[in-house]
Amino acid sequence: MSSIPSNLKYLDSHEWARVESDGTVTIGISDHAQGALGDLVFVEVPEVGRALTKGGAAAVVESVKAASDVYSPLSGEVIANNSNALSATPELVNSDPYGQGWLFKVKPSNSSELGSLLDAKAYEKVVEEAGH
Amino acid sequence: MGFKTPLYETHVAAGARMVDFGGWDMPVHYGSQIEEHHAVRRDAGMFDVSHMLIADVSGARARDYLRYLLANDVAKLKDPGKALYSCMLNERGGVVDDLITYFGDAEHFRVVVNAGTRDKDTAWLKRWAESFKVDIQPRTDLAMVAVQGPNARAKAAKVIGTSAAAVLGMKPFFSKQLDRHFVATTGYTGEDGWEIILPATEIAAFWAALRDAGVQQCGLGARDTLRLEAGMNLYGNDMDENLTPLESGITWTVAFDPPERDFIGRAALEAQRKAGVPRKLVGLVLEDRGVLRSHQKVVVPGVGEGEMTSGTFSPTLERSIGFARVPAATGEQVQVDIRGKLLAARVVKYPFVRNGKALI
Repeated sequence: MSSIPSNLKYLDSHEWARVESDGTVTIGISDHAQGALGDLVFVEVPEVGRALTKGGAAAVVESVKAASDVYSPLSGEVIANNSNALSATPELVNSDPYGQGWLFKVKPSNSSELGSLLDAKAYEKVVEEAGH
Repeated sequence: MGFKTPLYETHVAAGARMVDFGGWDMPVHYGSQIEEHHAVRRDAGMFDVSHMLIADVSGARARDYLRYLLANDVAKLKDPGKALYSCMLNERGGVVDDLITYFGDAEHFRVVVNAGTRDKDTAWLKRWAESFKVDIQPRTDLAMVAVQGPNARAKAAKVIGTSAAAVLGMKPFFSKQLDRHFVATTGYTGEDGWEIILPATEIAAFWAALRDAGVQQCGLGARDTLRLEAGMNLYGNDMDENLTPLESGITWTVAFDPPERDFIGRAALEAQRKAGVPRKLVGLVLEDRGVLRSHQKVVVPGVGEGEMTSGTFSPTLERSIGFARVPAATGEQVQVDIRGKLLAARVVKYPFVRNGKALI
């Protein structure tokens, strides 16, 4: 069973979002997603300053087998990305998807979008259904 | 629900991630594809390849039949047990499938063909069998495991037992029927090792014993990265019915000599050779960061365009490699369109990796 921390918000396409104390939001892919993708070998994150829209393709994660788009859970400007760590060690997304394997941070332009994200319980249902 | 090999329950119980492969439910990995890959390069790994079709070809004219059916020439097979890699072609010279033929004697051969094409291949084999009065016997009573890697022979021999002594020193591309096991020094990884055929009812116990002997179970994911590093084509990706061996990097498997031997597709290949083969299959190494994948567009500045046929991240080389079909005039530098960006790639001779060593 994959881990689904209760303090995070999720998209049904398997991204997570964590609201930090300064109001910025850190984004990554879920434990379930990294497990389904397998060993990651390449991660492409959005450049700082890029404007993202909710649900738009923001990053790409590639395992040995395939490439997958990562969608932004929120609209906003990219204020940081984890390319320093992930360009050398993309496997951090496998080993620590909610920690060192984070992908990028945004400054949300519309904080009401947060309300439309799934909580851990709802996301757990998505994962269960994907398993059947 | 797809077809299942006799090891299906074993794979599921081992926690394998199962995927559809040519209509078969097969393990793609058992945890980490990269670890499985390294196990084969450095130690010993095993693959369930029971989804492939084993067929026995027999008859007084079995040799003549295969000389007509295959683009390579089974007349090269003189020593009992010797194996031969070949394509069988349609009349247009397109590849119906690639296969390995094991030589028993002039009247008995064994062929192993791909899983995804087994029905088509069976029909094709039978279509030509009648006029040569040969018997085609699909051996669905048998199953097959590939044990590959520098320590594969030693580990598998312990499991097979004393009869394995007869094959411990067997040269590459040979086979031998032991008491229960048919053992061949063939494979799809670029490493030493065996492909072992035995009764389907015994395969699960054999697999379990190999695992206990320290052989890593490996899925189709690692099989694909290993074969690509080893510079081996995958049917359906790198070649198909609309492409000839001359356009698929495997001209060496076509025996044009002796000129009097007729085989299906020969006339088409000779016409193509005379007119000039317009495209070729090349090995690529991506110089920029990213991952080559099949169907990406290849741009050859000043020459034209081509397409990736296979691509992956190479766990041994820790960079991306692949095959591309490009115009014949392509030189050493190309660009690959990856998500709208043109990235630099270099044309290299393959195999990329052999017996654990990087060759590029």
